[in-house]
Amino acid sequence: MKQDISKKTVEKTSIIGTHKSKTAVEKTAHVIFTACAFAAVLAVASITLYMIISGVPAVFEVGLKEILFSTTWKPAAADPSYGILYVILTSIVGTALAILIGVPIGVGTAIFLAEVAPKPLVKIVQPAVELLAGIPSVIYGLLGLLILNPLMYKLELHIFKGSTTHQFTGGANLISAILVLAIMILPTVINISTSAIKAVPGHLKSASLAVGATKMQTIFKVILPAAKSGIVTAIVLGIGRAIGEAMAISLVSGNSVNIPLPFNAVRFLTTAIVSEMSYAADTHKRVLFTIGLVLFAFIMCINYVLNKILKGGEKDGK
Amino acid sequence: MKVNKLKKVFVLISCLALLGGVLTGCGTKDKKANAEAVTGTEKSEATSTPEATETPAATEAVEEAKDLSGSITLVGSTSMEKLSNAMAEDFMNKNGGVTVTAEFVGSGAGIEAVTNGTADIGNSSRNLKDSEKEAGAVENIVAIDGIAVIVDNNNPVKELTKDQLTSIYKGEITNWSEVGGNDAPIVVIGREAGSGTRGAFEEILGVEDACAYANELDNTGAVVAKVASTSGAIGYVSLDIVDDTVTAVALDGVAATEDNIKAGTYFLSRPFVMATKGTIEEQSELVQAFFDYVYSDEGTEVIEAVGLIPTDH
Repeated sequence: MKQDISKKTVEKTSIIGTHKSKTAVEKTAHVIFTACAFAAVLAVASITLYMIISGVPAVFEVGLKEILFSTTWKPAAADPSYGILYVILTSIVGTALAILIGVPIGVGTAIFLAEVAPKPLVKIVQPAVELLAGIPSVIYGLLGLLILNPLMYKLELHIFKGSTTHQFTGGANLISAILVLAIMILPTVINISTSAIKAVPGHLKSASLAVGATKMQTIFKVILPAAKSGIVTAIVLGIGRAIGEAMAISLVSGNSVNIPLPFNAVRFLTTAIVSEMSYAADTHKRVLFTIGLVLFAFIMCINYVLNKILKGGEKDGK
Repeated sequence: MKVNKLKKVFVLISCLALLGGVLTGCGTKDKKANAEAVTGTEKSEATSTPEATETPAATEAVEEAKDLSGSITLVGSTSMEKLSNAMAEDFMNKNGGVTVTAEFVGSGAGIEAVTNGTADIGNSSRNLKDSEKEAGAVENIVAIDGIAVIVDNNNPVKELTKDQLTSIYKGEITNWSEVGGNDAPIVVIGREAGSGTRGAFEEILGVEDACAYANELDNTGAVVAKVASTSGAIGYVSLDIVDDTVTAVALDGVAATEDNIKAGTYFLSRPFVMATKGTIEEQSELVQAFFDYVYSDEGTEVIEAVGLIPTDH
């Protein structure tokens, strides 16, 4: 019976339209789907092209070595210099430390959510994490500005009391930026790690418990190693989020170009573009695009690494 | 079973194809309909525009009055926001048919907009650069702005000399006790490179690119907020922005007031430029009328009302 019904449906569908109109529809549908697919590719290609076209002229004007390895950023001076070494270092150091703080907390939360927590507690923590992911970055920045910076200023006054060489920043420093970034990457790390841990096959856990391992031994010796590739993905995505963040850290980091030391006001690659783009002119503006190109290169590298890891994970799985 | 599954898949695929066909069919029809609608509106617009342009011309001829219509765009400095909005509003009230839109994207971007023709007037809170003048921008100074040096309200220091201010911004003086205040570090706050206020401040003090900023903030409001909330902070902003959350210090014994700027005794002041592509005489009737208004007594009143100093014309 079933076969008959399906046969009839097939016949019914094939009656509609002549052969000509059907092939026309087929072809149009094909073209439309192809066009849709190419919209994303076109966007990426045009952005890449635009970044290169607008970022490269300054490289020839100023010199790649001068931009990447000089430490003086004085774009509006009579004798301007466009060194962004400190800015690049700040982005690397800031992101690395934010990951160092954020990842252990994030993975810990993920273990708690997936393995340890009693169900009622999961019902509280899970929505809190999801809410954290939905908070706009400017809110993180404002909270940092109003709560973190005054605290940091007190600490700064205490530590550098009587110092004549330290430039007081009013609490807007690298530590504030790192703390804000660490909190901002938490939801990404937690969500991806949780699903990685939950995806570990149940028989591994059962076997470990069956041979007499404790719960914590099972978590650290069996589950975490099995979820390794998922956790690495979480870290790489966290890096991507941290290095691309601009709004929040532009409010808390002080925005002066300095060597990235804990109590110095610092400027990140993203904030360097955001803060000066509106008033910049000529070479200054073109160098800002070059900074964008540098940031773009960073993010491309991270994406490449991410893809490698994801593919590696798939191979492991198979 | 297997055959059954295959058939199911086949049915599913054919259904999808059908759905695709329906969708694409709709799509193409919609496109056609849209195209028709577009040409329709174009046609109606084409027929209506001559009328629209004729009417004011006719009334002009009859009344011999300056009934203006059209739109002017002002683009540029964020420092000139208050002035531009006040001017735009008053000018639109006086000329019903005119729309004046003002955007605040920064001096550099404003000049760029006027030289490449996307704006009628480019607002700049600094003198034009040579490269901008070469690109065709003409500098029309409409007002003078005073820059106030602000400290937090709890700071006992109410007066600084030019030398002290220079030393503070160069990082040579780092404690308020050196200028007669408490034993507290100075937090030097400034604007980002390229800002009109920063350019004017550094140029007037002669400290171009020698400033040791602890914070470089990218808008005027942020500077006020940071100075107000940080004890021992010092910053600079437009005079008309200063409110009671911060204290404007006197410079060389001269208080930061409008009268003193007009009298020329307060040294921190800068021009507000409304740049045009080519001279004012080369502009459209409407833009010329706008400048006539800016330089008129009414315009002068507006300039004074927002805390700026009018120029002589």
